[in-house]
Amino acid sequence: MTPLLTTKGLSRNFGGLRAVDGVDFALMPGEIRAVIGPNGAGKTTFVSLVSGRIQPSSGMIVFDGADITNLPAYARVRLGIAYTFQITSVFANLTAYDNVALPVQRTLTDGRSKGAVHASAMAALERTGLADRAHMPAGQLSYGHQRLLEVAMGLALKPRLLILDEPTQGLADSEIDNFIGLVREIAKSATVLLIEHNMPVVMQLADRITVFNAGKILAEGTPEQVRANAEVQDAYLGTTP
Amino acid sequence: MKEASPAKAYALHVGVIVLLFALSFVLPEYHHGLLARIMVLAVFAMGYNMLFGYVGLLSLGHAMFFSAGLYGAGLAVIHLGWSVPAAFAAGLACGALLALVIGLLALRTSGVAFMIVTMMFAQVFYLIILYLAAWTGGDQGLVVPQSARVLVLGSTSLGLTNPTVRYMSALVLFSIVLLMTLAVVRSRYGRVLVAIRENEERTKMLGYDTFSNKLAAVVVSGTICAASGAAYALLFGYVGSTFASVQYSILPLLWVLLGGAATTLGPLIGTLFMYYVVDITSGYTSAYLLIVGIALILLVLFFPKGILGTIRQRWLGWLP
Repeated sequence: MTPLLTTKGLSRNFGGLRAVDGVDFALMPGEIRAVIGPNGAGKTTFVSLVSGRIQPSSGMIVFDGADITNLPAYARVRLGIAYTFQITSVFANLTAYDNVALPVQRTLTDGRSKGAVHASAMAALERTGLADRAHMPAGQLSYGHQRLLEVAMGLALKPRLLILDEPTQGLADSEIDNFIGLVREIAKSATVLLIEHNMPVVMQLADRITVFNAGKILAEGTPEQVRANAEVQDAYLGTTP
Repeated sequence: MKEASPAKAYALHVGVIVLLFALSFVLPEYHHGLLARIMVLAVFAMGYNMLFGYVGLLSLGHAMFFSAGLYGAGLAVIHLGWSVPAAFAAGLACGALLALVIGLLALRTSGVAFMIVTMMFAQVFYLIILYLAAWTGGDQGLVVPQSARVLVLGSTSLGLTNPTVRYMSALVLFSIVLLMTLAVVRSRYGRVLVAIRENEERTKMLGYDTFSNKLAAVVVSGTICAASGAAYALLFGYVGSTFASVQYSILPLLWVLLGGAATTLGPLIGTLFMYYVVDITSGYTSAYLLIVGIALILLVLFFPKGILGTIRQRWLGWLP
């Protein structure tokens, strides 16, 4: 099977800092991949390079067999790479419905019927349990609901690769359980790349885990392999025996 | 943008148009003429609002789009002897082309830089008009001859100097632009424009080419302003460089802010208000600008979102 996404020697410097340093990465279609690592390991920079929000200093990104290294972010979204923001970034002054209608109306190919936008937007809101709040301004939703709205917007893009950047940050435990169910459902139709600090969530969801440290991939494997890896324990606990 | 009842919004707009139509038969001569002028300039404000209110791009150079229409239409009549409809089309084309070129260049910037760049281009445009005095009349301007300001429709010919014809022409232009603005605002494109205003970075990450969308908005906005300028030249018969000066870039901003940015009727309200405050106060004192200034300060204090913007926020959430 060919990977959905590969990066070759992907690097990004900020001044003298190599935030992402020669990363070779491959992601298979249909998997849920978690990216973990200590703060400042380069996780968010890495997914920002993949989504096109920042340009790489060197290296190459291939999505579904095509070189997308020089494509602007909006064009990558059109190819099916959706990114949900780490810091909640919904349109606060627009209603929840309008927030979701924006990605929906762009993906609709018939381009005419108002009913189709409405139906698809409501479907995305229902999947995330926000349908009864459709006409509230997004800024008035609770934090947890704003996170869900963010996911709903990602879903509405009908992505082939959904990048979730710390989606459970700031969610209550009860909300996290719902969220895990939601990601499992999303994974039936899309590949998921998940940056997450919450280890129970990672262990429950991920098929494979990639560990970043100091801009490089430190380890990669199944949750059990990563859990048993001594280097990973060192990176997290900062103890070198 | 709430899920408002569209019937209510359209009824309101049609009501405003009907009211303006009816006013034509009851207003005394002076106010009749003033209102015709206000409607033409409200079109200028609506064009400005399209970019400033909905996309959030603050331009300080819209006088160049207005005067592109003004000179495009006026010079076509004066030097080329074109008919009124052809001259009007020439004005529109000049504005659209200029907006496309300026948009391509100025949209490489944003925020304060965008304000400065648009202002600089407008100044260049102004100086070019003065420089080409042989054709433009320089700072004296040119009068469009009355004999040429005749609209021929089939076998009837309407003199645009006739007050009623002038008023109705202004009303037709105003109505078309108003209803067009309403349709754009309620459309999917309007939703994208507002999204760009609220958070451009996020809009990109939903797969929108924000540059192209902004460029289209600049062209639409510039063309509407040019329509206002072209109508001004043809209806009021004067083409002058004052209209290209920086003052005429600030005025539409003021009108829109007063009436309410990102409201469809705000530009009309703002233009009307400003014109009448100046008109009434200057009748009492030569220090009328002092009173205008105080009125503006009070408005900003009590109606920070403009007259209609504040009404929408407090009482009528469905206003488009």
